[in-house]
Amino acid sequence: MKYLDEYRDPAAAKKFAERIARTVTRPWTIMEVCGGQTHSIARFGLQELLPEPLTLLHGPGCPVCVTPLGLIDKALQLAARPEVIFCSFGDMLRVPGTRGDLMTVKAEGGDVRIVYSPLEALEVARQHSDRQVVFFAIGFETTAPANAMAIYRAKAEGVHNLSFLVSQVIVPPAMQGILSSPGNRVQGFLAAGHVCTVMGIREYEPIARRYRVPIVVTGFEPLDILQGISMCVAQLEEGRAEVENQYARSVLPGGNPAARNIMQQVFEVVTRDWRGIGDIPHSGLGLREAYRELDAERRFEFAPEAEEPESPCKSGLVLQGIIKPTECEAFGSACTPESPLGATMVSSEGACAAYYRYRRAPA
Amino acid sequence: MCLAVPGKVLEVSGDEELMKTGRVSFGGTVREVNLAYVPQVEIGDYVVVHVGFAISILNESEARRVFDDLESLEEPEIPEDAA
Ligand code: SF4
Repeated sequence: MKYLDEYRDPAAAKKFAERIARTVTRPWTIMEVCGGQTHSIARFGLQELLPEPLTLLHGPGCPVCVTPLGLIDKALQLAARPEVIFCSFGDMLRVPGTRGDLMTVKAEGGDVRIVYSPLEALEVARQHSDRQVVFFAIGFETTAPANAMAIYRAKAEGVHNLSFLVSQVIVPPAMQGILSSPGNRVQGFLAAGHVCTVMGIREYEPIARRYRVPIVVTGFEPLDILQGISMCVAQLEEGRAEVENQYARSVLPGGNPAARNIMQQVFEVVTRDWRGIGDIPHSGLGLREAYRELDAERRFEFAPEAEEPESPCKSGLVLQGIIKPTECEAFGSACTPESPLGATMVSSEGACAAYYRYRRAPA
Repeated sequence: MCLAVPGKVLEVSGDEELMKTGRVSFGGTVREVNLAYVPQVEIGDYVVVHVGFAISILNESEARRVFDDLESLEEPEIPEDAA
């Protein structure tokens, strides 16, 4: 087992698709929560394999896409300060703020550095004790343990010149938000396999019961996604609404206890603003009081930003599965990955970027 | 962002749990990975790695279930008149 190519076999994918086609008797709408899954679906053309009555909606699970404008603007201000080294995951560099993006700030002389892991920011801080290092700690539950470790170690090791601009969001409240919205069309979910690798699956049980939706924790390779869909469709057809685990090779029911433990120590649940969607109660993580000295929003002063400019971007609707990217007028014309109007066109996991990149010639 | 990739653990170092690191091969490309969250990891295990951290050890028997499920699809169908 290499845990990769085996799950991409087109002949096997076809068999799963045929089974799904045999099972489906009615139109169903299923949402995959995670942008990584959206990316796979577009890349491997999975939607085209599925029978007509089945609709896949793409969910809000792209942390780059949902990081609020106000925080991007703060990042831009920090990155422009001469004393600051601003460290970020690469996919944040092109996300548009009110004025420009991190890439522009870098081109204008800001010290913006792409890191692969949050621990690299810790290393940069150690090497430049005369500078202020800020790490843009964004992500879902998948990334929270890594960010938490950097924060935990910065405090434990007394790294005084490192702080964190935190935009941690969590998935279940966003799913509940979608399910309780009056226009909701989602009848079943593929839950995000890596989020659940960290958090486990139990917190989804009350959601499945309360809203009577099947929730299938699903991996990211084509066969994973097709099997997840197949399990979800079987539940819908049989009238069941349970939490099932397609991705058991990585996901334990209780998640990863060591990771959850450090997350617990560093973070507490807070209300967060999701870009394009708005405030969702209890939908994010913020630093606990004991770690507030490491909060970049407290350490630095920020100039107030001008009003949010009018934008044709409908990413909020895309993120909630209300419209498909191609239903946005700007898609592919005014808005492309080279000059994105919204974050969902920037990140490779954003639905707009996935649709653009893997656009198939019309049949 | 939540992209996480499986890799094979080649080497484990560090005694203290929170400081465990190791070398992990991703189809031949070897990277240093933090193993603090998979303290029971052993050389030869496959781990799922996200932003430099291993977040799980892949379970081989669970991993095969997808293919078992697939095989069950291939069982020859019993012709109706055989019943
Ligand atoms: S295509 Fe561009 S403008 Fe339209 S919703 Fe997507 S990111 Fe926004």
